[in-house]
Amino acid sequence: MGWNLIRIYTLLVYLFMFLPVAVVVLLSFNASQFGSFPMTGFSFRWFVELAQNEAILRAFQTSIVLGALTAVISTTLGVLASLALVRYEVPGRNLISTLLIAPILVPEVVLAVALLLFLNFLAINKSFFLLLMGHVIFTLPFVILVVQARLVGIRRDYEEAALSLGASPVQAFFQITLPLLAPAVFAGMLFAFTISFDDITGTLFWKPGGVETVPTQIFAMLRNSISPEINALGTVMIFLTVGLPLLGLAIARRMAMQRGG
Amino acid sequence: MSAVTLTNIVKKFGGFTAVHRMSMDIPDGSFVTLLGPSGCGKTTTLRMIAGLIDPSEGDITIKGQRINDVPIHKRNLGLVFQNYALFPHKTIAENVAFGLKYRDISKADAEKKVKDALELVQLPHVSDRYPKQLSGGQQQRIALARAIVIEPDVLLLDEPLSALDANLREDMRVELKRIQHRIGITTVFVTHDQSEALAMSDRIVVMSNGRVEQIGSPEEVYNTPASEFVSRFLGISNILPATCKEVNGSGLALELADFGRVTVPKERAPNVGEAGPAQLVIRAEKLLLADKTAPLDDRIALDGVVEAVDYQGQAARYFVRVGGHQLQAVNMIDQRPFQEGTAVSVRFRPRDCAALPGAAA
Repeated sequence: MGWNLIRIYTLLVYLFMFLPVAVVVLLSFNASQFGSFPMTGFSFRWFVELAQNEAILRAFQTSIVLGALTAVISTTLGVLASLALVRYEVPGRNLISTLLIAPILVPEVVLAVALLLFLNFLAINKSFFLLLMGHVIFTLPFVILVVQARLVGIRRDYEEAALSLGASPVQAFFQITLPLLAPAVFAGMLFAFTISFDDITGTLFWKPGGVETVPTQIFAMLRNSISPEINALGTVMIFLTVGLPLLGLAIARRMAMQRGG
Repeated sequence: MSAVTLTNIVKKFGGFTAVHRMSMDIPDGSFVTLLGPSGCGKTTTLRMIAGLIDPSEGDITIKGQRINDVPIHKRNLGLVFQNYALFPHKTIAENVAFGLKYRDISKADAEKKVKDALELVQLPHVSDRYPKQLSGGQQQRIALARAIVIEPDVLLLDEPLSALDANLREDMRVELKRIQHRIGITTVFVTHDQSEALAMSDRIVVMSNGRVEQIGSPEEVYNTPASEFVSRFLGISNILPATCKEVNGSGLALELADFGRVTVPKERAPNVGEAGPAQLVIRAEKLLLADKTAPLDDRIALDGVVEAVDYQGQAARYFVRVGGHQLQAVNMIDQRPFQEGTAVSVRFRPRDCAALPGAAA
């Protein structure tokens, strides 16, 4: 009896969480003009229209370039920062670590406004580069957390053994540390990409005029009307942001298994 | 020639001094063990020789060259760790060949060297496997092969046996000694296990609290401990407060309660030079328990009572009361061990004893 109640309750929670998402996916295949029930038939029509909508395609391209660059920069910085924090005795290590993680703790709106005011103060105009830097700032903590956790688990013995065998510190890093770190680096990259791809708050504040990412494009479209195209776009977004990390996780696991953990 | 010399090495970590003014010579081709409890500075010393830690003061030379400022990857050392530290993402062959990549060696030569090294450690058939697929003992052999394949000037072993289980540890001990002997490589071995140190070393450096307590052959440190610490750390010793009455040609005449006068040979008491407070050291296995009726020999006989027995199979460890002293004796068991409460005759030869300077607590 008690267990059944818990089961029903759990089911309801999941329904509450995922039903709206399911509705969006379902409606994106609706043949009707209007993006709402009742369904009048099954169709890929909105996906086709989506693929022909230049504004959306441009936004998509921007998002992907932005996400990819964010991932690469964030991961590079994150790996270097983690190495410094975990492997070397940096003065003020705890403070630096806290500062690097802080963007997670600060509400994104506050961070967004702060950066904007700061740029204003420096009399720098908004640009794609600054948007990119904004994304790097708030994806960096995730990369650092993931990479640090893995790095702590990699015993120093490995690096010391490599050094004793004649590898220079740089060679030891690329031969030993980086391959052992690869699953975390990969996961961090995916994190950064997905977070950047998904972000709207910061992007709205930072994006220069005329540049739209997918989320800001959806937002702009919603202001005019609720087109079924948005449902289709939502579906594509869901598959990208859910599917990509899952795929990544699977690859990372495989890599970890092959390398013997 | 000395392969490694340390001269007045000091290592401080903040306010804590891990190694105090340590000096030692490690002869070419010898097997030297740094022995001591955890925190005595033995691993710190090894890591300074390896170049993983910089000494705060003093000089380290390898083959006559001062290497304080030479980074670890240019020192040409073989290092073996407690946890093997085999690269998990590389095969056994790649692991062993790792150090050869950084030396001018042709591919064919490298392959031959890897093969020879794997044969030396008696694991020629595992080259394509990954470290995870090997047992602990096998992994440690591979780690050893990886360290010696580069023909290092010195082999540094940091508690290499302590992660293995007891039976395997003894096999590996023999194996390690065999390999060291065969290639004649200068070896510095760090351990807290006295039996490993006694079994394997040419010389033992006993350390405590960052200081060298004694340097000597296994027999020297066992039979003629230079300090109370050494005699307590190696084996089981009875250390009894005594007074040195006189030093003469035949030895040191010590007097102590319930024992009377015991004359210890001079060479067993290098640190006691004159009359005054001293300590008598009797190894537990040199203290023989006998029936009260057993015929006397050249041993001194005292009356005692067995207070506790720790049965160990072929031997037994007894706690015996002799007057005001509680003594420990480890004897082989002839027929049956003595039982608790038995009155026994406690016997020892004065020439088996050693003496230390006095002021026992």
